[in-house]
Amino acid sequence: MSKSLNFRATLLSVIFLVLMLGIWEAMNQAPLKTRALSEYELLMGGADQEARVPPPSAVIKLAVSELSHPFYDAGPNDKGIGIQLAYSLYRVLSGFFLAALIAIPLGFLIGMSPLMHKALNPFIQVLRPISPLAWMPLALFVIKDSEASSIFVIFICSIWPMLINTAFGVANVRDDWINVARTHELKAFKTAILVILPAAAPTILTGMRISMGIAWLVIVAAEMLVGGTGIGYYVWNEWNNLDLSSVIFSILMIGMVGMLLDLTLSSISRLIEYQE
Amino acid sequence: MMKKYFLEVDGLGKRYPAKEGELSVFEDVNFGIEKGEFICIIGHSGCGKSSILNILAGLDSATEGGVIMNGKEVSGPSLERGVIFQNYSLLPWRSALKNITFAVQVRFAQWSKEKVVEHSLRFLELVGLKGGEHRKPSQLSGGMRQRVSIARAFATQPQLLLMDEPFGALDALTRGIIQEELIKIWSETQQTVFMITHDVDEAILLADRILLMTNGPRARIAESVKVSIARPRERNTIIHHPAYYKIRNHLVDFLVSRSKELNRENNQGVNEYSNDNKPVEVDPAKIKESEAVALHA
Repeated sequence: MSKSLNFRATLLSVIFLVLMLGIWEAMNQAPLKTRALSEYELLMGGADQEARVPPPSAVIKLAVSELSHPFYDAGPNDKGIGIQLAYSLYRVLSGFFLAALIAIPLGFLIGMSPLMHKALNPFIQVLRPISPLAWMPLALFVIKDSEASSIFVIFICSIWPMLINTAFGVANVRDDWINVARTHELKAFKTAILVILPAAAPTILTGMRISMGIAWLVIVAAEMLVGGTGIGYYVWNEWNNLDLSSVIFSILMIGMVGMLLDLTLSSISRLIEYQE
Repeated sequence: MMKKYFLEVDGLGKRYPAKEGELSVFEDVNFGIEKGEFICIIGHSGCGKSSILNILAGLDSATEGGVIMNGKEVSGPSLERGVIFQNYSLLPWRSALKNITFAVQVRFAQWSKEKVVEHSLRFLELVGLKGGEHRKPSQLSGGMRQRVSIARAFATQPQLLLMDEPFGALDALTRGIIQEELIKIWSETQQTVFMITHDVDEAILLADRILLMTNGPRARIAESVKVSIARPRERNTIIHHPAYYKIRNHLVDFLVSRSKELNRENNQGVNEYSNDNKPVEVDPAKIKESEAVALHA
């Protein structure tokens, strides 16, 4: 039953894909030549009068050639997609793990102490809604390094969901489980490790997933601003080159990598989930 | 000379701040438990049974009075007092066995890993859960979860075991089976037990003495009823014991009418049933029918 459901769903997905690509392909053909090119047009290389979104066949052709040499490096403005993605991943992961390093312990503190919760809450509420890119000028000025600044921007945007989810998860550990720890005379640290951490782990991981999603969204914009390397820079650079096939190709790659990041975290969260 | 009990509860009272003044749940609660005794406490909801149990456990603190166990005052939770909660309180991310080893490991920190596992398995076997040790609580039925919880409490071998309506959430059939398992494990370990229940039959089956609480507010323990039915007791034979219905009627009569009449709010100033606020000791098996009525006239 479920196997046939999966089969039918896959079939439907493939049909949708073919339909979409077919319509896209059909709508983006070069207009038929109704007249011979003028001398001027021939001199200019016979280009079309108007730019068109490239058809999927062009994008696929580019994707095949890009993905068969993902790590080539031919100078500052001509690097393989793999290298660009690796730069972005490096920034996202360093910013993300730095944020986790601070957000999870701090979230524990806030979750366990109502005093700290009340004292720190105003700061969190003001800082949280700030667009991470708004920090960029200040970060560039203070840090004086564009690489570190983009990591900082990732750090600042991924800290909040992790902090808030950790605090929420820790504060809402069932009293019964805390009582189990108390009647077994567990000290505060052991209670945190043996009872509160596993109890709050699914909530903490949900926060990490949200953070990772936001970080991957923000890195594209940050790299467009900072430039140099990374997938965000790549998209903007190809736009400046008017290479729309590359733009579309990199958009798809951003989606793919984002999905893989989320899949990784969701499979980790499946490991630590528990049923009550 | 006053008799020294293993556990002594002295002038215990609990008050909560209310809109006007304070709400006294119970006050002047006195009783003692002997080593190895099985005590059940019965009373209507809201009389503060659970509060008393939590104070004994050290999870809650009394407004007045105190608890002394083995000559030491109870001032916080301790491994010497195991607790079995109504909702089992197992850690859902740990298997049945690991829920027990976790407790045993803390209790006997000097034991080797093998010894901890072996000890834990023995207690799982005692409650009839051999073979299910690697299952998570969510994969176990309510009855099996409570068995794990019982095994955990007995495995840590506390000096006093506290049970807060351990079978309240179970269906009648499962309850009967686990009661028998509890009797089995209790008779092997001679554990001192203090248990809250709503079930009169359960109390008679399990307890040496049954404490009866009046209704709240200002509840107190009015009677200590001796269950003079020899052990070993079994569910299907105990009901034919000549004392069984005498005890049962006495308890039901208390719950239906006397728990209200003896409430402090209802008979203020008058004879408070016993002058020193110690529970009156009753042995229904020895009371003749005519006297039973006269006792509380």
